[in-house]
Amino acid sequence: MSKSIRQVYGEALAAMGNERKDLVALDADVSSSTQTKFFAKAHPDRFFNMGIAEANMTATAAGLASQGFVPFVNTFAVFITSIGYIPTRALACYADLNVKLAGAYCGLSDAFDGASHHATEDIAIMRALPNMKILCPADATATEALTQLAADTHGPCYLRLSRDVYPDLYTGDATFKVGHGNIVRSGTDVTVIACGILVHKALETAQALEADGISVQVVDMYSIKPLDTALVLDCAVKTSAIVTAEEHNVIGGLGGAVAECLAKAGSGVPVEMVGVQDTFTESGPYAKLLEKYALDGAAVAAAIRRAVNRKK
Amino acid sequence: MMSPSRAEALSALCTTFRRDVLQAIHDVQSGHPGGSLSVCEILSVIYLEQAVLYPDQPERLDQDRVVLCKGHAAPMLYRILAEKGYFPKEELAHLRQINSLLQGHPSTHTPGIDMPSGPLGIGLAAAQGIALGVRLNGLDNYVYAVLGDGEINEGTVWETAMSAPKFQLDHLIAVIDRNRVQLDGTMEEIMPTEPLAEKWAAFGWNVITCDGHDVAALDAAFTLAKTNHGSPTMIIANTIKGKGISFMEGKNTWHGAAISDENLAQALSELGGMTE
Repeated sequence: MSKSIRQVYGEALAAMGNERKDLVALDADVSSSTQTKFFAKAHPDRFFNMGIAEANMTATAAGLASQGFVPFVNTFAVFITSIGYIPTRALACYADLNVKLAGAYCGLSDAFDGASHHATEDIAIMRALPNMKILCPADATATEALTQLAADTHGPCYLRLSRDVYPDLYTGDATFKVGHGNIVRSGTDVTVIACGILVHKALETAQALEADGISVQVVDMYSIKPLDTALVLDCAVKTSAIVTAEEHNVIGGLGGAVAECLAKAGSGVPVEMVGVQDTFTESGPYAKLLEKYALDGAAVAAAIRRAVNRKK
Repeated sequence: MMSPSRAEALSALCTTFRRDVLQAIHDVQSGHPGGSLSVCEILSVIYLEQAVLYPDQPERLDQDRVVLCKGHAAPMLYRILAEKGYFPKEELAHLRQINSLLQGHPSTHTPGIDMPSGPLGIGLAAAQGIALGVRLNGLDNYVYAVLGDGEINEGTVWETAMSAPKFQLDHLIAVIDRNRVQLDGTMEEIMPTEPLAEKWAAFGWNVITCDGHDVAALDAAFTLAKTNHGSPTMIIANTIKGKGISFMEGKNTWHGAAISDENLAQALSELGGMTE
């Protein structure tokens, strides 16, 4: 578990470029941050450094996609989903083009750079776009698999990537499909549906809560859109309580997607949401930030207790 | 060089296009007459003289591409696509209506359109991407991008102004429909743009200026652009917003306005007769 998610992504993209000559990469002058530097070195003719011009970059990718290429568009998650938004909506999504947005430094993972560089509403923005798919890996194996899956799946896709190192969750034979999530821990009292780093916070917490007699199921919902609604509803039936956990605002993200699914089905089970509480964040060490903004194991544990109590 | 007889025939065809487009905008009581009329000759020369296109084989990669960046001129684009055989011209009767092939702004629902447009400022970047793709595919096709001059208020245009010369995209030929009028007023009132040719030249573009209503001059400008190597071309085509209709010419109020029965009758009469 020594490699950061961004490095795993960067190496995977470069390796995929060996096999797939239709793969191209664009970057906005941050290739050493996004780690597309590996792709740039291996495939210089298929790498385009667009300078600090995210809208120009994303629209250019749409043009490349229209000619049969599969462009991966790279910069920080917060900028690709904001400054890169108009071409994403008006070109990539409207024309259902094969544009892959790779958002580096998701959530608070660019910790010290502060709120301006934290991506805490990117899922909400991307979720509302027709044709867009959203994938968020929770470990190195998933990062490689989901990068491949994004390339292999037609249409626009947003890959939400961390700057940080994640513990290992999967072995090489794990399977990933668009519109699916994985149960990574089985339990009976409550299900935590999480993505990214919060999957790990949920697993740590689940272990600790066993001593208190609370049996926690954990789902890695790596496909945020389309959502695995069958799995969400199965979890609601099985555990009768749901906690969502994400490194994102509690508005419009994974929690919102799960709540919409449960409400539509008339499920009525208690739902608690772990996430940024509709506020801007700040600079600091990553672990301290996760603690302050209630995105750590303690926050997940508290949400689990609230959800379980509401069942009674 | 375009022969005088061909120029005459194409100009006459442009008059027909103007009539049909005004009729369509009148019928739906919504749309953008001013910019459709100013871009008429530019699009006609691209589609009917310059571009290598296979309307019945959209999957072919080895054809030229056109991006109408100023998407609000869609009615004129649609009329010319119909002339080119992408769909029957009767479709214009359904412009902007429910279930129509012809949306208010260009979309890929319409045969012949492979890049949507409407939000201003991003079409040139899309065209740049297409040109990069054409080159990566080992083809030598041209990509035409047609911008409005109001559109270049958008900063993204200048991002592409910087990047396309970096990539030496000599098969990217852009045109500015230089009608000098935007929605709220003249460009000099709303957002002064001069010296325009000098700006593009300073960014590293091959700049050509011509009369945007003279089909022979436009044709010559495109032909000249294709002799240039190592840099993209920007053709500044001087036009008149609302060209051909006395009460529309140069008037920002006709950027996007419904056309009354009375206006239509006068306009068609000025264009030399009623449509069939």
